Amino acid sequence: MATSPVTETAEHAASTLAQVSPVFGKLTWDIFPFYDPIIFATFIGTCVLGAVIVGLVLYFRLLPYLWNEWFTSIDHKKIGIMYMILATIMLVRGFADALLMRGHQALASAGYVGYLPAYHYDQVFTAHGVIMIFFVAMPFVTGFMNYVMPLQIGARDVAFPFLNNFSFWLTVSGAVLIMISLFVGEYAATGWLAYPPLSGLEFSPGVGMDYYLWSLNIAGIGTTLSGINLVVTLVKMRAPGMTWMKMPIFCWTTLCTNVLIVATFPVLTATLALLTADRYLGTHFFTNDMGGNPMMYVNLIWIWGHPEVYILILPIFGIFSEVVATFCRKRLFGYTSMVYATCVITILSYLVWLHHFFTMGAGADVNSFFGITTMIISIPTGAKLFNWLFTMYKGRIQYELPMMWTVAFMLTFVIGGMTGVLLAVPPADYVLHNSLFLVAHFHNVIIGGVVFGIFAGINYWWPKAFGFHLDRFWGLVSFWGWVVGFWVAFMPLYLLGLMGVTRRLSQFEDTIYAGYFFTALIGALLVAVGLLAFIVQIVVSIMKREQLAVDGDPWDARTLEWSTTSPPPYYNFAFNMNVYEIDAWHHMKANGAKPPQDGFQPIHMPRYTASGIIISGFMTVMGFALVWHVWWLALITFVASLAWGIGHTFNYKRDYYVPADEVRAIETGTGVVRPAE
Amino acid sequence: MATHTSNAPDGDYEFYVVEDDHHDGEHHHETGTMLGFWIYLMSDCLIFGILFAIHAVVGTNYAAGPSPADLFEIDKILLATAFLLLSSITYGFAVINMQQKNQSAMMKWLAVTGLFGLGFLGLELLEFSHLWHIGAGPGASAFLSSFWILVGTHGLHVTAGSIWLVVLMVQVSMHGLTEANVRRVLCLSLFWHFLDLIWIGVFSFVYLTGVLL
Repeated sequence: MATSPVTETAEHAASTLAQVSPVFGKLTWDIFPFYDPIIFATFIGTCVLGAVIVGLVLYFRLLPYLWNEWFTSIDHKKIGIMYMILATIMLVRGFADALLMRGHQALASAGYVGYLPAYHYDQVFTAHGVIMIFFVAMPFVTGFMNYVMPLQIGARDVAFPFLNNFSFWLTVSGAVLIMISLFVGEYAATGWLAYPPLSGLEFSPGVGMDYYLWSLNIAGIGTTLSGINLVVTLVKMRAPGMTWMKMPIFCWTTLCTNVLIVATFPVLTATLALLTADRYLGTHFFTNDMGGNPMMYVNLIWIWGHPEVYILILPIFGIFSEVVATFCRKRLFGYTSMVYATCVITILSYLVWLHHFFTMGAGADVNSFFGITTMIISIPTGAKLFNWLFTMYKGRIQYELPMMWTVAFMLTFVIGGMTGVLLAVPPADYVLHNSLFLVAHFHNVIIGGVVFGIFAGINYWWPKAFGFHLDRFWGLVSFWGWVVGFWVAFMPLYLLGLMGVTRRLSQFEDTIYAGYFFTALIGALLVAVGLLAFIVQIVVSIMKREQLAVDGDPWDARTLEWSTTSPPPYYNFAFNMNVYEIDAWHHMKANGAKPPQDGFQPIHMPRYTASGIIISGFMTVMGFALVWHVWWLALITFVASLAWGIGHTFNYKRDYYVPADEVRAIETGTGVVRPAE
Repeated sequence: MATHTSNAPDGDYEFYVVEDDHHDGEHHHETGTMLGFWIYLMSDCLIFGILFAIHAVVGTNYAAGPSPADLFEIDKILLATAFLLLSSITYGFAVINMQQKNQSAMMKWLAVTGLFGLGFLGLELLEFSHLWHIGAGPGASAFLSSFWILVGTHGLHVTAGSIWLVVLMVQVSMHGLTEANVRRVLCLSLFWHFLDLIWIGVFSFVYLTGVLL
């Protein structure tokens, strides 16, 4: 009897399961990737780098400082910065994956074999997608919302400071699991959304899918908690007088994004939990047999997945709105329409998910409905673009780095938006779906939108966070590297897509595409220059921080975060503030407001706690144990995290008052901010 | 609240609030917790919404296996339902006693609530064990997968609520009805009633509808 690939995989699954030891689960010596020189070299390199970092931390005795001032911090500003650091590290990892793919495809399309075996290539594009969305874009955006939003509404922290720290460490936990998978075992080879039945036990028997599931389950809980936290912060903690229609646009977009997070991440959690049940409990939600329905998964994952792209882009629209108003020296054009556009996008983002699988065959009526709703989204988005343009019109434009990123965004994002509308036409989508045209489209909106916005935001708020500007020269190198690199890398992909090249291909029969793929590789290398220049920019700026030092309001900006010192004291504002107008700080400056020099009051602040990092640590080990079927360890760490969480609720002394004298000393002294206790 | 103006040129604007009212800040925090908990419940409700939707899609995919009419013993389910509904009423009595500052009566009603909760969980475990032994486990068909996960998720919530109840009773006996503890009793109250509401959905759409079809 000839064995089909299917039965072979099933037998492989059975033999894999048979190897489970009660003590070590599926862990054996084979899990280390000695067989693959690329991974093994990376493994050695990472180990050495990790050892050097740990060695430096221990040598300079930084651990107590890091632990006491950062890891256990519930200060929204420090948590925001930690999110940004996490995202930057993961950006380097995700971008390394991208370079690997571009290099491999350039070779493969020119008639060589390339250096990535097909199964490894599948893992690389899966990891690239998952990392870039969940552990780069999300932490960057969450970092901005965490750092900036409380300052913009005149608050001293978020509504639930401990929960904020816990959310961050849960995100780290997910990132750690995905990084471990690089060296211990394997990662999913299914594409970033892991459609069943491919991602089911039958066709993906290895641990890669399990890493995927536990990593996203744990990180997803963190994101949901963070969403609840920021919504409550915005509803309850705005400065007196800051009515809804006087909030900065960035706060509006933060509100809409977090409403979307609360309304969609539970869908992701439930969907992934059910796939997990299919793999661990033998249920039949998404299997082909026993009444399961794989298309149910595809629907559910995109009910989360489409709002997710708006979760990423809305706060970025907020950043551009702040930047444009500041650097055109004008009030934002069309504030009210901007707010309504944001809310409309929030609602519409829920009504378009099916355009990700028009080819499912739901019929012409269903496809028309979702095609039309998709096209309608471009209307509020277009309104936003015109608002930014009209803000610039007759404005006194200053081409500082954030403004340059904003202009590059406007030019680039429009193209991505138009190809998106093209893909929204179901008959066109039937031709273009799953092609490199689609890949070019979503990179066009994510790089040209989200990533450019992240760099605009970093260049804009860095002086606020650290008290000195980022270096302009290296910022320009980074800017041109990214912008030119993006265009060179992705325009060929549009053409390749129109020529019919499908996505996720690791081998090619024909060499006619080689020129396009080599152009794309050159583009990717230019982006690499941009990324490297960004890191150099940070290092150079830190070294030149004396020269680049700034006061509280270096851009002569408009919103409340610029009314305090740079960096802000840990309590943010010595005095509560009353707000009368949109762009409250601009209004205060126009009316000659000066902070009082006396009348300081004790300030109510939350205490630092280690519970967040400790519980997340337990959950990381639990995730690892579940991946490898080490049941006893999973049980112990589960009980431990539960017990620690309950223990945490027995601590009632969660806050304290900063004495008025200390506030006075900080506010009237040298401006040097003493850290919290 | 006494505030005085500072540096406002024409006296129209008071940009900086020089005197701070501490109680105001604490009050803010309290209402923030209740709102946050409501939003959490709504997100949890969405998870159940997904599970109900899936049950609507695959709930009749029996894969040549047993159907609800073959499996469900509706009398026992009715008893379990009664336990859970009564536990919501007794939790209500606990909250009334809390508002009358009657801590010992509140603790008694909380204990009764916990017992009803345990009774419900016991009946559910009996049912699960029965189904497992007759070969109607979660892997038997898509209908049973959906049934086990939906009812099981609700059961896990009741378990978590029961653990929370015990922890909270210990905390109240340690610290009394402080502001923080009152807030926690009210949060658990929301959670407990929410689970009741979900169960009414489970009873109607999974058990009753299942048996009728």
